[in-house]
Amino acid sequence: MLFTDALPSDASMKIPPLLAHAVVFLGAALVSAYAAASGHVPVEPAPARARELVHIVRQDCGSCHGLTFKGGLGPALTAEALADKPAEGLVATIVGGRPGTPMPPFQSILSEAEAEWIVYWLMRGFPADAGLPQAPARN
Amino acid sequence: MSCREVRLAPPALWGVVLSAMVVLLSACSSVPPVAVRGTGDLGVVIERADGKVKVIETTGRSVLATVDGLGDLSHASVVFSRDGRYAFVFGRDGGLTKVDLLARRIVGRKVQAGNAIGGSISHDGSLVVVQNYEPGGIKAFDANTLELVADVPATTDDGTRSKVVGLADLSGKRFIYSLFEAGEIRITDFSDPKNPLTRRFAGGKQPYDALVTPDGRYYIAGLFGEDGLALIDLWNLDKGSRKILSGYGRGEQPLPVFKMPHLRGWSIAGNRAYLPAIGRHEVLVVDTATWQEVDRIQVKSQPVFAMARPDGREIWVNFAFPDNGWVQVIDTVSGKVTDTLQPGRGILHMEFLSKGHEIWLSARDDNKVVIYDTASKQPIGGFESASPSGIFFTTRAARTGF
Repeated sequence: MLFTDALPSDASMKIPPLLAHAVVFLGAALVSAYAAASGHVPVEPAPARARELVHIVRQDCGSCHGLTFKGGLGPALTAEALADKPAEGLVATIVGGRPGTPMPPFQSILSEAEAEWIVYWLMRGFPADAGLPQAPARN
Repeated sequence: MSCREVRLAPPALWGVVLSAMVVLLSACSSVPPVAVRGTGDLGVVIERADGKVKVIETTGRSVLATVDGLGDLSHASVVFSRDGRYAFVFGRDGGLTKVDLLARRIVGRKVQAGNAIGGSISHDGSLVVVQNYEPGGIKAFDANTLELVADVPATTDDGTRSKVVGLADLSGKRFIYSLFEAGEIRITDFSDPKNPLTRRFAGGKQPYDALVTPDGRYYIAGLFGEDGLALIDLWNLDKGSRKILSGYGRGEQPLPVFKMPHLRGWSIAGNRAYLPAIGRHEVLVVDTATWQEVDRIQVKSQPVFAMARPDGREIWVNFAFPDNGWVQVIDTVSGKVTDTLQPGRGILHMEFLSKGHEIWLSARDDNKVVIYDTASKQPIGGFESASPSGIFFTTRAARTGF
């Protein structure tokens, strides 16, 4: 929108080459900045699994860490609270648990790649829970 | 002639005038009239994701109202005023909310800490006490006004504060609770609210929740950090605390605990206590005369609630994630699991009617409350509810430890 004033009104549907270049450049910079911050961008789970993982993290991790991740028996998991923590350590905690504390290992529930995806989004603001899909009708 | 002037108006006219006066006067009042009804069959259902509670009645199994504005209710719990009219709702975010179940609205609310876990009410109904994680400690409030009466930090000798778990009411404005990090049990006496007196006892490693037996005699704290529980005989406080069921894990590697069990006086059935094991898929059975283990019952997964039906004949057990769609029923006579049920997805909580003929279960992931007949083990009702968790009936008002 920065360049809108400079555009003639009849050309507003065309993207000027300068703007296109700027967008592509900025986008690439952002992606590489994210990648640099976390090592790499994690693999996105299939949509149904992603929805399930969000539900598990919000609801079941939430029973100790709070639905809003502000903490409870377990520590806060907000993006601010995790800002100074290395992502690899957080992934290891999810997968292997923390012996001596109530944090259990989740390796029977999810894969390491899924834990990486969860940590990636916890550190950047976790999505809202859309709930589980409707249950199939029982007889 | 004068007689005729003072003659009373005909009864029909008086009927009209009086009715009009009543209607006009009641319209002047700012408080809407509350329908005349008892409170013995009322209760609340926590809708954890939306900061709402449903006010329900158990006679017709219906929802009377949904009350909004209670904050973060993940892990909320409720106690009731002695008359069953007011519900005190303790929210995760430190919110203490007083809901009038008859007027079906919030009549008081305070955010009293950063992170809370539950609360309790004194036997005379005058004090509501909240147990807090952050900052760790307990706070007492006037049950009428919600004004702060006393603040008792859970501070240990090194100056650090512990999260408070397992709060319960004792006689004489006393409350008992456990310190998660410090591993202590404490009793605070609010007889003189300006000068609360606290007595300290050894607990054990990482107490996670606790119960007072229905007669108010024993306090039992479940321990996460060791195989065993801590017991205090409240009639013999000078004897201190002792461990029971030490080494129940038999040195085996504990299984992952995806949700902490919850302990309350519902664990007691007759002369036995049925306690969830930690890291084992078992319910431990203890003789309450000797506090020795007499049995252990294999169940489907990590038990969260092991609740005795009020007559003590059955124990209903639900489980931690990922097995929270299952419920098992233990027959206390045979000591066997007799029923394995799937009432819905994400069964977070169960509540019996006071005589035990019905049990209400919250199915969080199906967004509904389901009601089972405990004799037939069949569903007999239910209703839609958004992400329901705790279910609390006003009959708790009459019970110690609830």
